[in-house]
Amino acid sequence: MAVETEAGSQEVAKMPVVVEFSGGLEMLFSDQRRHSLSIPVATSEGKPATVAFLIDYLCRNTMKDTRKELFVLDDHLRPGILVLINDADWELEGEEAYEIQSGDNILFVSTLHGG
Amino acid sequence: MEPASGRAEQLRLQIAKAEAELRGLRLQLSQLETGQEHAPRDQSLHNNIPQNPEIESPGKWPLQQQEYERYARQLVLPSVGIAGQLRLKSAAVLVVGAGGLGCPAAAYLAGAGVGVLGLVDGDIVEVSNLHRQTAHSHTKIGMNKVDSLAEYCTDLNPRVHCVRHATPLTPENAGEIVSKYHVVLDCTDHPTSRYLISDACVLLQKPLVSASALRTDGQLIVLNNPPAPQGSKDGGPCYRCVFPQPPPPDGVLSCGEGGILGPVVGVMGVLQALEAIKLVAAGPPAQPEAPAPSLLLFSAAGTSTFRSIRMRGRRPDCFACGTSSSLTLDALKSGMVDYVLFCGIRSPVRVLLPEERITAAAYNNMVAEKPGFAHVLLDVRDREHHAIGSIPGAVNVPFSMFQRTGMGGQDGTRPDWLPESLPPDAPIYVVCRVGNDSQLAARKLQEMRTGSEHRFIGDIQGGMEAWKREVDKSFPFI
Repeated sequence: MAVETEAGSQEVAKMPVVVEFSGGLEMLFSDQRRHSLSIPVATSEGKPATVAFLIDYLCRNTMKDTRKELFVLDDHLRPGILVLINDADWELEGEEAYEIQSGDNILFVSTLHGG
Repeated sequence: MEPASGRAEQLRLQIAKAEAELRGLRLQLSQLETGQEHAPRDQSLHNNIPQNPEIESPGKWPLQQQEYERYARQLVLPSVGIAGQLRLKSAAVLVVGAGGLGCPAAAYLAGAGVGVLGLVDGDIVEVSNLHRQTAHSHTKIGMNKVDSLAEYCTDLNPRVHCVRHATPLTPENAGEIVSKYHVVLDCTDHPTSRYLISDACVLLQKPLVSASALRTDGQLIVLNNPPAPQGSKDGGPCYRCVFPQPPPPDGVLSCGEGGILGPVVGVMGVLQALEAIKLVAAGPPAQPEAPAPSLLLFSAAGTSTFRSIRMRGRRPDCFACGTSSSLTLDALKSGMVDYVLFCGIRSPVRVLLPEERITAAAYNNMVAEKPGFAHVLLDVRDREHHAIGSIPGAVNVPFSMFQRTGMGGQDGTRPDWLPESLPPDAPIYVVCRVGNDSQLAARKLQEMRTGSEHRFIGDIQGGMEAWKREVDKSFPFI
């Protein structure tokens, strides 16, 4: 499990979250399915950290792959990826606007088509 | 061919023929024994389902004696019981796709005694199917998958009437085929068919049990359950409610490209049969209340093997089941929805110029003519592919590694895989499976500016597939 921190930002309050990837998305994140992260509780403008913020944070800090377009298209999550917040579809929780709470489990699942 | 191997081949053919004959005899015998002499042998010719066979109860009991014996273990379960068994017997279930999901799904549905089992697939059995598509077998290679699966299911339970639709499901035939069944299982392997099946099920108000699998992961969801009319809030979500937009075509991996573990897709197919049996055996709900839709995730590699996720309900603005949907059966049949266009087509990669590419044969000749020729051959396939077989001297740096930042080589520094002793103008050839990734990797290497500006960086056209074709016929290309 990787604990990743932003260098030189000790003043920013952090919160622990577990981010998981499945359905092949883990390939974009160092082939690691489960990441225990410590993310800022608020954006640089002082707004609460939302799922949209987390997606951007993951692209900047956690993704080691350059194929960002397999995760984000036109500033939004690419079609065919489900976001599950504490085992519920994010559409039940407010989608990108959901404000992340300390200890949340956020799962990104790519849809599969094989059979 | 050597005499011994020729004789072996002859024997294999003879055995296959004898086994096929034996299968036919066994089938005839079991049909005689169960009193179903005219089994659906030639159903592939006409796809009409006969009316559900009336339950011929000769005496005072609703099932025949042999049926009580055959279904005894499930008859005693409260979730089936005699009422559930009778519902199964009068049910028509459609399995679209006779592959890794469809084989186990159809087998368990046949075992459970559904009255009519429809099978749809236009493919034939190939040897690479057999590690997971358990109803097919070595002697059935080249046979229609639908015929092979129907034979398997009839052999398992001759009381089940198998209807063979030896064609892919298309917008033209979807309405007619789906309309004859009560429940549909999506056992296909591509987004185009997944959207098509879902739309047909919405229009014809059929519940849809959908599953998929890739590598070591599987997904299962029961859609359009209950199957209320378009625009009704009482219905369950359809495939489009959950996935309004298809993934970009470059992001879609098939089992052929991504790989699949047999038991993973098997588990998902068995679960589909389970959901379908539950739906049929339970009968119409006393109060038509939509069960909370949920998506089941299976991961053979993760820490939590099974995980159930609460999903959203119907999307009011859904293209198919929404309140203002203009989708109709006629529109579907007339081709109003272009599923191929909707899901997009993967276009061949054309990144390198013709002079930046050489053929496999040309590369082979060049190396043969100049022993010790200073160059690097970079194999960008996955480690697993490389380990199965590679060109002598090739260095393996998987394409995904290429995409990782910080792998070295940026800003003119030397990446780890490039030998220090190599002259700065020594050429680099990139090879992959079929010649797409190699172009992207070569272009990237050019941009990284390793070595001298005169260095040639290009790829082997057509990849290892071309290598097998042009250079080494024995190469184990997969």
